[in-house]
Amino acid sequence: MTTAPADARQPRLTELFEAGLDAPICLTWELTYACNLACAHCLSSSGRRDPRELTTAEAKAVIDELEAMQVFYVNIGGGEPTVRPDFWELLDYATAHHVGVKFSTNGVRITPDTARRIAANDYVDVQVSLDGATPEVNDALRGPGSYATALRALTHLAEAGMRGVKLSVVCTRHNIPQVDDFKALADRFGAQLRLTRLRPSGRGADVWDELRPTAGQQRELYAWLLDHGDSVLTGDSFFHLSAYGRSLPGLNLCGAGRVVCLIDPVGDVYACPFAIHDEFLAGNVRDAGGFTGVWRASPLFQRLRAPQTGGACRSCGFYDSCKGGCMAAKFFTGLPLDGPDPECVRGFGEELLARRATDGTDRPRPSVDHSRPVLVPLTRRPPAPPVSACDESPLSGFRP
Amino acid sequence: MPTDRPGPRADLDRAWVLHPQVSLRPEPFGALLYHFGTRRLTFLKDPRLVEIVRRLPEAPSARAACADCRIPDAELPRFGAALASLAESAMLVERAQSGRHDLKGSGLA
Repeated sequence: MTTAPADARQPRLTELFEAGLDAPICLTWELTYACNLACAHCLSSSGRRDPRELTTAEAKAVIDELEAMQVFYVNIGGGEPTVRPDFWELLDYATAHHVGVKFSTNGVRITPDTARRIAANDYVDVQVSLDGATPEVNDALRGPGSYATALRALTHLAEAGMRGVKLSVVCTRHNIPQVDDFKALADRFGAQLRLTRLRPSGRGADVWDELRPTAGQQRELYAWLLDHGDSVLTGDSFFHLSAYGRSLPGLNLCGAGRVVCLIDPVGDVYACPFAIHDEFLAGNVRDAGGFTGVWRASPLFQRLRAPQTGGACRSCGFYDSCKGGCMAAKFFTGLPLDGPDPECVRGFGEELLARRATDGTDRPRPSVDHSRPVLVPLTRRPPAPPVSACDESPLSGFRP
Repeated sequence: MPTDRPGPRADLDRAWVLHPQVSLRPEPFGALLYHFGTRRLTFLKDPRLVEIVRRLPEAPSARAACADCRIPDAELPRFGAALASLAESAMLVERAQSGRHDLKGSGLA
């Protein structure tokens, strides 16, 4: 919402934001790469903890900086942030220092006790991730048992009296048909539904082609989002759909390095949570100037705040609505950053995608990968009859 | 826009103050206001409006705060409407009321 005396000479808010702010409005902070799950589309390729992750003292120093910069809240994620032993300590430290916290979890550490602790803190919001309204659809993506874990967490939070929990869904080809079921599920727990866009980031790059919504689903989703307005959150992630006509609620611009950024578990600062790649690395909170120095002076962020040309999209009549879409989506699908979004609703991205190498060699790979080694199921040889009973057990035939 | 819509008017002759859970962050274009209770963010795009909001706690009335900022009479209705919009979203509260708010953890603001 904007408050200003009506005045035609005022620049539009998006123009102010494109030039960047003195501090982010909010930022994403991934506390650990460790995760109990191994979701197929994980945007941060999480799994194993990184030994260089920020210590408790270093994390508190970052919070001190955020307080001084008046960053009103952080979106904490991972990995699974709650598996950090100091998670609850950092949560309390942040809210005691005027930094509100919204954290994302798969629910693994949400017990009746922790749910009560969360409900007692007015400055904490929780986002429970679920990518299917049924166990079949969810667990295929997030792993066996993850649906049950999320629902157990939602139950504990509701029983603890926590209001305004977010049920957070990454929209895929398989779950967009369930969007009304998600809404019903959220309503059942007194939660608010949050739908976000699947990005080809992290391990998401490997499954993006098969999971991304069809063109027809994009249109349905757009209509659904317009119908539901402010009652459904989107993290402003569908602004590329605004080119269908009416703008969706939200900022409708790429905030990377302008109003948002990412601090990763080892303190690296990236332009946005979906851009964990050297190309978008602005610095590290351990650098001499700290996070503040990175935000205000990094050459990368300065460049992102400079006026953008629009490139190939400039002549498109919808450029003002979609602004060329998502930078990370373009980058990881190997499309030029000044051209159309791969999911451009006018189909210009689709044309470029079709021209790429079929073996994927022309696409950048994530620079950082903490995935656990793939567990190859051990194949057991079919049992052969033992040559003699003694080959199976030295005690065979022994009867005390 | 606040001027086109009926709604609670900020009485310019009363004393107002930022809600105790609201933080104001200066920016080159004006300021951001964030309400830690409602989680709402508001942008003040006019530096004069920011100055008025800053002066509210010391001013006997909103009208006096506007006068301190040398707002011409002709512009008072526009600023009054902007303040009304802030009051409507609970960013501003009447000063007499603010003491009665019993807000858990309001020390945050």
